[in-house]
Amino acid sequence: MKDILAILENNAKATPEEIAALTGRSTKEVEELIDQAEKQKIILGYKTVINRDVLYDGEEVLAFVEVRMTPQHDVGFDGIAQRIARFPEVRSLQLMSGDYDLAVLISGNTMQQVASFVAMKLAALQEVNATTTHFLLKRYKEDGIILNQDEGTRRLPLSP
Amino acid sequence: MNDKKAKSAASRILSERVQNLSPSGIRRFFDIIASMDDVISLGVGEPDFVTPWHIREAAITSLESGHTMYTSNFGLMELRQEIATHIRKLYEVNYDPSNEILVTVGVSEALDLVMRSILDPGDEVIVPEPTYVSYVPCIALAGGVPVDVPTSMGNSFQVTASDIESRITHRTKAVLLGYPNNPTGAVMTRDAMLEISKLAIKYDLTVISDEVYDRLVYGVEHTCFPSLPQMKHKSVLLGGFSKSYAMTGWRIGYACANSEIIEAMMKIHQYTMLCAPIQGQMAALEALRFGETEVENMRLEYDRRRRLMVNGLRSIGLDCIDPLGAFYTFPSIKNTGLTSEEFAEQLLIEEKVAVVPGSAFGESGEGHVRCCYAVSQNEIEGALERIGLFVKKLK
Repeated sequence: MKDILAILENNAKATPEEIAALTGRSTKEVEELIDQAEKQKIILGYKTVINRDVLYDGEEVLAFVEVRMTPQHDVGFDGIAQRIARFPEVRSLQLMSGDYDLAVLISGNTMQQVASFVAMKLAALQEVNATTTHFLLKRYKEDGIILNQDEGTRRLPLSP
Repeated sequence: MNDKKAKSAASRILSERVQNLSPSGIRRFFDIIASMDDVISLGVGEPDFVTPWHIREAAITSLESGHTMYTSNFGLMELRQEIATHIRKLYEVNYDPSNEILVTVGVSEALDLVMRSILDPGDEVIVPEPTYVSYVPCIALAGGVPVDVPTSMGNSFQVTASDIESRITHRTKAVLLGYPNNPTGAVMTRDAMLEISKLAIKYDLTVISDEVYDRLVYGVEHTCFPSLPQMKHKSVLLGGFSKSYAMTGWRIGYACANSEIIEAMMKIHQYTMLCAPIQGQMAALEALRFGETEVENMRLEYDRRRRLMVNGLRSIGLDCIDPLGAFYTFPSIKNTGLTSEEFAEQLLIEEKVAVVPGSAFGESGEGHVRCCYAVSQNEIEGALERIGLFVKKLK
């Protein structure tokens, strides 16, 4: 299955027919394995990596927020993390080791909107002790893809 | 000065040896492509990947640290040690880094050095055909006589010991093998290599084994010729970084052999090259120490493209062997009724796809073209579509 996932991870648009041609498997087998991976939650979704700087041309504000919190009995950080994850403003959320507990990426239309969400929703949660907000200034790499860089090919058209 | 006069002036100036060298079979196509737009080229002979970043970064750091001087003629000791470790780990052959390894400017230089080191005028070197374009000229430039052994699709382009034996004369000095093979993609089985090793003992021959594509094999194991019984001292192993690590432009290769041959090669190398460029050597050191993940990732990607190319060519009606190594397919175009030169030229002009005519790799390459699959999936699909149209028009 890993051979199929390696292709899909780089190109979510790859069709079962294309994957079959690249892996030497039959189309039916590829379809079955993809289906199996979806059911086992190995494949969680098929996303497109968008260059948001170009799309929104500065009209989107992102902030990375460090959250320090008190874990709850029995569920530790999971209960509160799952609540925070439900806010649509939260783009990604991870539990971290080190100086803070949760790493939260928040998006909004304006700096004011993001600041307001942090103050009114995130910091207001009872288990949250403190937050530190870092506004994103410029993106260089997104999901493994280096932005605004074209190394192109400088190969000779023919070589021995 | 008119052309005739210019030619006669050149013939007075240039050595007969150089004048007798055939021009490269791909030069003419290069000029045609240069005048065209929108060409998909399957005529390349190098990876489409850029050298992995950590390797480039190591070279940048070496420059920043002031590594701008000559190295030992043999190459950096650290690099030779890593090469020795690398070969020992992969193939269980032990070379002494102090006198059995020479770092060269690509495998090309190593090939030239070994030929000049072992050949006297008139000595014969047996070379399986189709053959990499440099082999025959390198032998000839060293004063040797290339003796070709044709191979064919029927035998998956593997050379047999009996065919080699039939070419052996009292002047035969060496056998030059290049597997995984450029241009055919053929890989030799261990058993077939073993038979050749017996000839090396029987007739006291040196086997020069160009294994620059050793890491690019698909579903089979590469046999390192010196790893065969008694072959370490009867062979010269040529290896490099160009293909496995996508480092063609760095020009770093190496030769491993007994100290007598390496010393002889080093003697020529010190007077003609002095040493391989230090940045390339530093980059190669990083590649050996930390490049294994990228080697495997690139190999997996080539394998995917290989399937796409082979199945695509076959569905067009161009039969080819299952190429188990390197990054080339060598389909037969005999059923089109064209020569390989005609096929390549018409395909380029009519459908803007560049391939290399098989005749560029010797007479037994006629009837085939070399298609490289170290190009993107989109380019392979586009090229296959165009080749399909071209072949359909011919029918």
